Amino acid sequence: MYDTTSEKDVDQKTIKFSARKVQVFYGDTHAIKDVDVDIEDKTVTAFIGPSGCGKSTFLRCLNRMNDTIDICRIEGDIRLDGEDIYDRRVDPVQLRAKVGMVFQKPNPFPKSIYDNVAYGPRIHGLARSKADLDQIVERALRRGALWDEVKDRLHAPGTGLSGGQQQRLCIARAVATEPEVLLMDEPCSALDPIATAQVEELIAELRRDYSVVIVTHSMQQAARVSQKTAFFHLGNLVEFGETGNIFTNPEDKRTESYITGRIG
Amino acid sequence: MTDATLNGDGGRPNGSLTTQDDRTKARNRAETRFKAYGLAAILVGIFFLVVLAVSIIRSGSPAFTRTVVDVEFTLSQSEFEAAEEELFKTKAYQSLFISTLKGQLDERGVEVAFDEAAIERLLGKVGGTIREFYTANPDKLGEPVQFELPASSRVDGYFNGRVTRESIQDSRFLMKADLDLVDVLHDAGIMKSSFNWTFITGADAGVDNPGGAGIGASVVGSFFMMLVVLVLSLPIGVAASIYLEEFAPQNRFTDLIEVNISNLAAVPSIVFGILGLAVFIQFMHLPQSAPLVGGLVLTLMTLPTIIISTRASLKAVPPSIRDAALGVGASRMQAVFHHVLPLAMPGILTGTIIGLAQALGETAPLLLIGMVGFVARGYPEGIAAGFTDPNSAMPAQIYTWAARADAGFYEKAWGGIIILLAFLLTMNIIAIILRRRFERRW
Ligand SMILES: Nc1ncnc2c1ncn2[C@@H]1O[C@H](COP(=O)(O)OP(=O)(O)OP(=O)(O)O)[C@@H](O)[C@H]1O
Ligand SMILES: [Mg+2]
Repeated sequence: MYDTTSEKDVDQKTIKFSARKVQVFYGDTHAIKDVDVDIEDKTVTAFIGPSGCGKSTFLRCLNRMNDTIDICRIEGDIRLDGEDIYDRRVDPVQLRAKVGMVFQKPNPFPKSIYDNVAYGPRIHGLARSKADLDQIVERALRRGALWDEVKDRLHAPGTGLSGGQQQRLCIARAVATEPEVLLMDEPCSALDPIATAQVEELIAELRRDYSVVIVTHSMQQAARVSQKTAFFHLGNLVEFGETGNIFTNPEDKRTESYITGRIG
Repeated sequence: MTDATLNGDGGRPNGSLTTQDDRTKARNRAETRFKAYGLAAILVGIFFLVVLAVSIIRSGSPAFTRTVVDVEFTLSQSEFEAAEEELFKTKAYQSLFISTLKGQLDERGVEVAFDEAAIERLLGKVGGTIREFYTANPDKLGEPVQFELPASSRVDGYFNGRVTRESIQDSRFLMKADLDLVDVLHDAGIMKSSFNWTFITGADAGVDNPGGAGIGASVVGSFFMMLVVLVLSLPIGVAASIYLEEFAPQNRFTDLIEVNISNLAAVPSIVFGILGLAVFIQFMHLPQSAPLVGGLVLTLMTLPTIIISTRASLKAVPPSIRDAALGVGASRMQAVFHHVLPLAMPGILTGTIIGLAQALGETAPLLLIGMVGFVARGYPEGIAAGFTDPNSAMPAQIYTWAARADAGFYEKAWGGIIILLAFLLTMNIIAIILRRRFERRW
């Protein structure tokens, strides 16, 4: 979907997230080991790797969602726009407003579809009026490729949607707050090919303004949407680079066997 | 059943789907048995409930009626003045009343012998009641006034079968001959059964006057106590649970608190009574026998119940909801108050209502802080200052009545239980309505 010219101009982009020597422990389990990675602005970065290798864990470090897990301990240095996000003065709530997240399992609020999407803008005071809010909700639902299906029942419960629709609702909810970085943990795992294509389109569109990090188990999807790819294996970042290079010319043996389907 | 059944080789795994193999049959039998056990358990439960309800209603309903003598009585100004001149004023009124009663019986053509002593045995000190009335309402002199005079509890007992001619012996409380008079008065329509409003609205009476005893004052006392319990234990309990469940770090200290709360829920309520006596009355010098103190003691007792059930219902809210809220940049408090708490609300309400119901029926701690057997003074005028005025509570009142010798009080105790259950039922219905409200919001 993306030609080589667009991959070229990746080099000139500013770095959004920079992680150095990140270690994550769940109690005694060492889940992330010594990860160094730079996530660029206006770029889609894909995290791939076998199940349980720590992709979600690392993603959750980027917006400090791991703070909610008592046994989770994080070491190392993660900077957003040059600022240490684990600094004591950083309010994780402010950070999460900037770094939105779509979770691996769809988790709509048990409220109406409208309220699901409007919740973020409401608490951040993004809308000046009811009409304003309506507009934000419609725009977000359109970007989440859900508008046409729900426009007649905005006040029906969000939990009454199908699994794939719920996931798109969660995407709409995440983009409604206009985050600078969007973290997506397997956003398409419950979607049909049409909805997947729509979400991928959304990712491509978001990329114009934001930085997007996507975890995926689909090599094709990683190849289609991302410019950078990181391959995780057993908590290590094995290889990180241009998506084209990783898929056509991997440096590490493990990467090669994973993308050709021999481990994972 | 069908041809296929007949031809199929049932019992083998590759048999026809229309026949049940042995395993399936065994499983289905087990399921049927289990359903039967469940149904039996429910039926047993219903049976006991019905027995309970019937016996309570049967024993308690006499408390709601009382036997009264309904007499139209006229006192002229001169009779009033003459009676006031007498040495034994109430005696004078009593003889006037008796002559009126005689006159009314004569009018109906009934012939029966009775004397002042008999009237006193049946109706108590009638003269006093009449004198009190006319001293308070002198403008009623000369007009006919309808007097409804409550009969003694033994007469009540005679009508509902507790007292029979065979069971009594002549005493200064009731003679066998008096029952003839009772029959006559009853047949003449002068003595009749009427709804006992005094029981619903009145306060406790002395040990020799079960007819005048009412539960009203202790209903008010219980109501004030429940108000104190609700206002204190719900916010404190919910706030404590939210803090422990959503904010507190998981460490030794919070573990210790958790263990202590679980233990507190199992502490016998009389211990809370002693604590209340020592702390609220002896140390803080709060008034004795007051609904405020009772409410405080019951709050201590209810808190663990509310905290435990609230924490359980907070825990039952899926963590993904919290993640979702935090993920769009809500603070922890916003996540709790906007999303977690509404979902936990039905559970919290259930716990609260169980706690309140327990507190409402609790007697033991009230015995220790003196909220028992209390004849509320100044009732009903004293209700306004109800939180600190001495009062009783429903279960304590029932306990007092049940402990008294006069069988009339025994009926009152059962009647009190009916009122208590009605209170509980109302509370439960309110809780169910509230729960529906919250549940409809998914
Ligand atoms: N809350 C937790 N408590 C303890 N260990 C955890 C927790 N979450 C994850 N882990 C462990 O951390 C490791 C990495 O898990 P993670 O969820 O990051 O994997 P993943 O790469 O996202 O896998 P998948 O592709 O299946 O989603 C796993 O070994 C897992 O058991
Ligand atoms: Mg994952």
